[in-house]
Amino acid sequence: MKITRDDVRHVAALARLALSSEEEEKLAVELEAILGYVEKLGELDTEGIPATAHVLDAGPALRDDEVRNGPDVDGLLANAPDRSGSFFRVPKIIE
Amino acid sequence: MKLDLSSLTLATAAERLSRREISSRELTEAALETIARTDARLHAFLTVSADEARAQAAAADERLARGEPLSALDGLPLALKDVFSTRGVRTTAASRILENFVPPYDGTAVARLRASGAVFVGKTNCDEFAMGSSTENSAFGATRNPWDLTRVPGGSSGGSAVAVAAGQCLGALGTDTGGSIRLPAAYCGIVGLKPTYGRVSRYGIVAYASSLDQVGPFARDVRDAAILLEALAGHDPLDSTSARVAVPRYASALRAELGTLRVGVPREYFEEGLQPEVESSVREAIAVLESLGASIEIISLPHARYAIATYYLLATAEASSNLARYDGIRYGRRAGGAQNLAETYGRSRAEGFGAEVKRRIMLGTYALSAGYYDAYYGKAQKVRTLIRRDFDEAFARCDVLAAPTAATTAFALGEKLDDPLSMYLSDVLTISVNLAGLPALSLPCGVDGAGLPIGLQLIGKPFDELSLLGAGYAYEQATDWHSQHPPAVEQAP
Repeated sequence: MKITRDDVRHVAALARLALSSEEEEKLAVELEAILGYVEKLGELDTEGIPATAHVLDAGPALRDDEVRNGPDVDGLLANAPDRSGSFFRVPKIIE
Repeated sequence: MKLDLSSLTLATAAERLSRREISSRELTEAALETIARTDARLHAFLTVSADEARAQAAAADERLARGEPLSALDGLPLALKDVFSTRGVRTTAASRILENFVPPYDGTAVARLRASGAVFVGKTNCDEFAMGSSTENSAFGATRNPWDLTRVPGGSSGGSAVAVAAGQCLGALGTDTGGSIRLPAAYCGIVGLKPTYGRVSRYGIVAYASSLDQVGPFARDVRDAAILLEALAGHDPLDSTSARVAVPRYASALRAELGTLRVGVPREYFEEGLQPEVESSVREAIAVLESLGASIEIISLPHARYAIATYYLLATAEASSNLARYDGIRYGRRAGGAQNLAETYGRSRAEGFGAEVKRRIMLGTYALSAGYYDAYYGKAQKVRTLIRRDFDEAFARCDVLAAPTAATTAFALGEKLDDPLSMYLSDVLTISVNLAGLPALSLPCGVDGAGLPIGLQLIGKPFDELSLLGAGYAYEQATDWHSQHPPAVEQAP
């Protein structure tokens, strides 16, 4: 599978990574090599084999729907890069 | 006389504490002094929490003086990989994006050890977000192997392995997603245990690949690993993947006799690329198990050669999703000067993540993207089923499997740094275990011609850590590889 600079830009946009042009160039080469290696899975016939998403046999873990942690606004905001009172402050999102 | 932590284990230190021959303060000061003397060379620690450790030691000494220890770990100095959230102590995942992150809470593993009275001397270095096999991917510089300072300690939990091997603490925690506990344990000549998926709560660890990540201990011998697992294991309502399975009393169940044990030797794990001394040491270790009464059978794991490809699709896909949370909004680094929200995300992440993390996010995003999902992610999930079935068949006939932990001893710093694929292949003998969710133990079983440690890997059935610890303990009673120490590391003048 050939990986182009455009492929890298498309995936970087999906992943929200503002890559430099040097990074784009390097990643195109590296991803192509790694994807070339994983092609070996194509040797296996997996028709009718179920997928494993998770190894646990147990079903979903459920609990009663009750409030357990109170609002610790200062604790939650202590690591915020920018805050205003009891809010996270972000750049303008509406043009 | 000054205490040397490398001459102690958790079990022997606890015994001396209970006889009041030493104090937690002395143990903790010995750990801090060793770190101060050796860590400029080793760089095992990202944060040394000396004040907190001294306060914990003082509290432990008061309990011990009253004859009321909280547990077998009360007063003993431990280290934590810097992916464990620790209340009030910086937790970075060795990443710039979390460089100043101070968690407001303890994760469950940390909380359990704290409730056991353990003393935390600091947070250890690792590959950024646990992504790597050498600890060279840390944003804050590599960790060095105490057996040879020009070599890597293995990764990703390299700092924790080095801290235990070099006597900077008596035990440590790591995480293992594809070999990140077992590989550094093997390279550093200590014991490392990756428990069954679901055995130990992962609440409060920085997530990498959630269907594979598991918490486990590093220790100087198997008994100590059993003591730590006993403190860590058990169901936790805060982790929906933690299992409701009874936890045995691991440490008190250990016996010098092996009893009947059917040991399977996977043919594929000895096939190619094994360093000759690794092969001979591991075969010798298997012969020791046989002489102790085990029956040995050659078995086959036919899909083993597809494990690396499967892992690097599934783990990166999960990572690309898990790491979406680092957006520069609620916590972590935010890039300055962005004009809008999309730019804030893109630049915060580009500035905050290192090269390997970006590579894995890109690979995972690609594998999940429209048009490629079935061919890559979906295909890998099916091959994961085939890999699990191989183990199911093996365990229908065997109690444990024995193999090398790594194909070679520790490689040189920088050797694989420019070749991601060759770095990924370092995990070839450990990674299937994570895909199948099994427990596995690595313990020292020899050294190569350069004096570098070799690891024996024992793989068990789900939730049967006891058989691994039992076999490992019996092996240790018959050999003395676990009592070897790296040469003393002194500070550069």
